[in-house]
Amino acid sequence: MYGVLAWAWIRAAAQYPVSMVLLALATALVTGLDVAAILLLFAHAPRIAGFTAPEVLFLYGTSALAFGISDIVLGTTERLGYHVRQGTLDTMLVRPVSPLVQIATEEFSPRRFGKLVPAVLVLAYALTRVDVAWTAGRAAMVPVMVAAGTAIFGGLWVLTGAVQFVLVDSHGASKSVTYGGGFLTQYPMTMFARDFVRGVTFVVPLAFVNWQPALYVLDRPDPLGLPEAARFASPAVAALVCGAGALAWRAGLRHYRSTGS
Amino acid sequence: MPVPMIEAADVVKSFTVRTRSGGPRRTRTSVRAVDGVSFTVEPGEFVGYLGPNGAGKSTTIKMLTGILTASAGTLRVCGLDPSRRRTSLARRIGVVFGQRTTLWWDLPLRDSLALVRRLYRVEAAAHRARLAELTALLELEPFLDTPVRQLSLGQRMRGDLAAALLHDPELLVLDEPTIGLDVVSKATVRDFLARVNAERGTTVLLTTHDLGDIERLCRRVMIIDRGRLAYDGGLDALRRTVDADRLLVVELARPGPPVIVDGIEAERVEGPRQWLRLPRAVNAAAVIAALARDHEVRDIALREAGIDEVLAGLYRGDHAYWRSGRPVAP
Repeated sequence: MYGVLAWAWIRAAAQYPVSMVLLALATALVTGLDVAAILLLFAHAPRIAGFTAPEVLFLYGTSALAFGISDIVLGTTERLGYHVRQGTLDTMLVRPVSPLVQIATEEFSPRRFGKLVPAVLVLAYALTRVDVAWTAGRAAMVPVMVAAGTAIFGGLWVLTGAVQFVLVDSHGASKSVTYGGGFLTQYPMTMFARDFVRGVTFVVPLAFVNWQPALYVLDRPDPLGLPEAARFASPAVAALVCGAGALAWRAGLRHYRSTGS
Repeated sequence: MPVPMIEAADVVKSFTVRTRSGGPRRTRTSVRAVDGVSFTVEPGEFVGYLGPNGAGKSTTIKMLTGILTASAGTLRVCGLDPSRRRTSLARRIGVVFGQRTTLWWDLPLRDSLALVRRLYRVEAAAHRARLAELTALLELEPFLDTPVRQLSLGQRMRGDLAAALLHDPELLVLDEPTIGLDVVSKATVRDFLARVNAERGTTVLLTTHDLGDIERLCRRVMIIDRGRLAYDGGLDALRRTVDADRLLVVELARPGPPVIVDGIEAERVEGPRQWLRLPRAVNAAAVIAALARDHEVRDIALREAGIDEVLAGLYRGDHAYWRSGRPVAP
């Protein structure tokens, strides 16, 4: 179902061919600058905090790739608040498809894949240069950490989306009286709260996106001295975060349907 | 004994409203948007759901379609609890919001409808037949390949109706489907709804402020006011039940102050023309005789209150039974 809706949005975007081409070019340009900036940085600083340039690029690449994929799949869930305020969530709720899928696929565009280009380039470069005695376990850990990282970020996207069910509600209550009259004036508060929540939630499990498994791949001791098991905990953390995201989303939806908009 | 299409028993929906009362503190009050509504809709019925703005119409519709969860009472639509079985119910009902489209803004109508087929998992053969039928009935052919954003409101509404009916739902719920449409588009939509109801036996529930919709389509009318069902019955019975005022329009020989006859004062004066509202109990012949005696009358006309005046009276709360808050039996 996700694919069906995503394809529909791609075709919708193709309705504006000039806009699509320009946006694709802009994305390519920005991502190109991103890669250039990283290469420039490491041209001048061969070692950072005891890590060699390829090692840091390995960390950057895995994290950026995981974040990029999760952003492609679920990034638009942050627009939930907008749909609640506009009442367009209602039209999603009368369709026999999860509103999460409907929001996530919204305005899906092949352009989104452009964000993966620097991540893939950096990771590929890092993997060829990094000084690691490759074993089967270490090699297998790389795709596992990217998958787990993607799942962690994905769970967080859904979690932050679900928070908007509640944050928007304090406005929704007044909206039911004024029908949205003074609604926009309170918008910045939501923005602030959302960024705040996002900051906190993204930082907390971030260590498991790439840091802990990377320590294993690069054969480094943990400066914080966490037990060896933490190196392999990423899939478990991912499952926890996704579970929390799913629960929060369901709770948020239930909250919406019992309070209205 | 067939299962009723909709069964509502003492359905309540209350919202918590926070209002600023000076300073950062907010007081919370509970507002009952729907306050104990009970009704049954049998398969094949065509029901108009009326009421002034803010009476609870949309809230009821949202509960019926599973968008909102009722605070109390029991609700069954197609035999399902809409709130718990929202997705299953979505496959069996069609919903149209007059104020917003469910179509994809940038897609041609044809693609939007194809996408609806995938979402509702309709078989390709059944879809083709249904699409052909709806295309003919709603005259969609000329704009099937136009992106939805370029459609006129009337065309868009016809597209929305097609999208809501492609999966052949048992129940069609329409929230103000003719709002903002021109006369011709309104007529097309009404004819279509009447046919869908008559030929396919689709049950239709619609909210509207358009009296033409009601008179043309609704055999049964439910009126909600301040969250309570105030009337549930036939349209004709509604006309009879309400003490419909009659309007006496007199044209006098010359302009003057509002006339007063038997204690009834003209409520509107336009030059020599004056309008007098006569309650049912007043003898119109006596009033006309008294007018002719006291004034020089050029012309006179007596009008029965139309359904619009009947409803306006209800909405204003003019009538005794209305003020008592007692629901009127069919």
